[in-house]
Amino acid sequence: MATEAHGEATGLSFHPMDQFIVRPLFGDGAVHWYTPTNVTLWLFLIVAATLALLVMGTRGRAIVPSRSQSIAELAYGLVHKMVADIAGKDGLKYFPYIMTLFMFIVFANFLGLLPMAFTVTSHIAVTGVLALSVFLTVTAIGFIKNGAHFLDLFWVRSAPLAIRPVLAVIEVISYFVRPVSHSIRLAGNMIAGHAVIKVFAGFAAIAAVAPISIIAVVGMYAFEILVAFIQAYVFTILTCVYLKDALHPSH
Amino acid sequence: MISLLQEAAHTAAEHTESVASSIAHGETETATGLPQLDLTTFANQIFWLIVTMLVLYWVVAKIALPRIGAVLSDRQGAMTGDLMAAEEFKLKAKEAEAAYDKALADARAEAGKIVAANRAEIQKELDAAIAHADAEISARAAESEKRIREIRDSADTDAREVARDVAAELVRSFGGTVDQAAVDQAVDSRMKGALQ
Repeated sequence: MATEAHGEATGLSFHPMDQFIVRPLFGDGAVHWYTPTNVTLWLFLIVAATLALLVMGTRGRAIVPSRSQSIAELAYGLVHKMVADIAGKDGLKYFPYIMTLFMFIVFANFLGLLPMAFTVTSHIAVTGVLALSVFLTVTAIGFIKNGAHFLDLFWVRSAPLAIRPVLAVIEVISYFVRPVSHSIRLAGNMIAGHAVIKVFAGFAAIAAVAPISIIAVVGMYAFEILVAFIQAYVFTILTCVYLKDALHPSH
Repeated sequence: MISLLQEAAHTAAEHTESVASSIAHGETETATGLPQLDLTTFANQIFWLIVTMLVLYWVVAKIALPRIGAVLSDRQGAMTGDLMAAEEFKLKAKEAEAAYDKALADARAEAGKIVAANRAEIQKELDAAIAHADAEISARAAESEKRIREIRDSADTDAREVARDVAAELVRSFGGTVDQAAVDQAVDSRMKGALQ
C-alpha cells in the first residue's frame, strides 16, 4: 500500500500533491486533449456557478435587489470601478473580458476550497494560458492603439538620457516577465495553500497531535478563503494595470 | 543524441509500466513530483480552458453584464427621478406654505379692519349717547334749579308773611297799634341774610 511506500516508520502518509492529479472522468485511460477530465468537470462547475450568480441571481432585475442580485451587482461594481479607475474610461471597452477573468478565477479558487474539489487555478497550464492571453491581448492593443509609440513604455523620458538605454533593457525584461509572474503568483498561491492543508490533515493520523492538526487546518482554511479572493483580485487588478500601460504607454 | 533519446524513452516506458502495475495492484494513483509539471495533461487542460473561457465570456458579456448594467442604470434613473420629484414636491410645499401665510396675514388684516370699524361705530354711538345724556342732565339740572329757586322764593315770602302776621298779632296782643310799615321794616331787617 501507499503507506508502506511513504511512511512505514511513523504510520503517516502524506500525499499533498495527489489532489492536483489530472484524471479522466470516465475510466482509467490516457489523458488525451479531448478527454473529459476532472479539470473539465470543475471548469464546467465554474461556468455553472457564474451562471447561477450573474444570470439566475439577477433574473428579477429588481430595483431593490435580492441577496444574490446584490452580490452580482457588487462584483460588477468592483470590477467596473477597478477598470475605470486604473485603465481609464477608454479601458471600459475591455470590461467584459476582465469581468470574465475575475469571475473565472474567483469561482475557480472558491470551488477549489470545497472538500474533494479540484482547483483548476492551481495548474500552471491554466494560469499560464490566462496570463499569456492577457499578455498577448494587451500587447496587441498597445500596438494597435499607439503604433510605434507603444515602445515609449520602455523609453523612460523622465530619466536622464544616459541611463535610458539601461532602463529600456530592464523595462523590456520586466515586460516579458509579466506573464510568468502573473501566472505563477496565482498557481503558486493555490498549490501552496492546498498542499499545506493536506499536510496538516496528514498529521491528524497521530492521535496526540490531531487536535492541533485540526485547528491548524481550520485556520489555514480560513486563510485560504482570504487568499482565494485576494489572488483573484490581484490577477484582475494587474490585468487592469497592464491594460493601462497598453492604452497610455507614456510614462 | 539518439542514445540519449532511447534512454529517455526507456525510462518513460519503465515509468508507465510501474504506474500501470501500481494501478493493477489496486492502489490509488499517487503523484510523483508536481502534477502541474506533467506536460501530458497540458493539451487537455488548455483545450478545455479555452472552451470554458469562450462560453464564460459569452455568458458574461452577452447576458450578465448588459442585464446588471441595465438594472444599475435603471436604479440610477429611478433615484434621480425620485429626487427630482421630491424637489418638486418640496417647492410645491413651500408655495403652499407661502399661500397659507399670505391668507393668514390677509385674514388678520381683515379682522383688524372689521374690529376698527366696529370700534369706530360703537364710539360714535357712545358719543351720541353721552351727548344726549349730558344734554338731558343739564336740562334736568336747570329745571331743578329753577324749581329750587321758586321753592326758596316762595319759602322766603311765606316766611316774611308769617313773620309779619306773627309780629302784627304780637303787637296787637300787647295792645299796640299795628304800624304795618314799621312791622314790615323790622321783619325785613331781621330776615336779611337768613334766607338767601
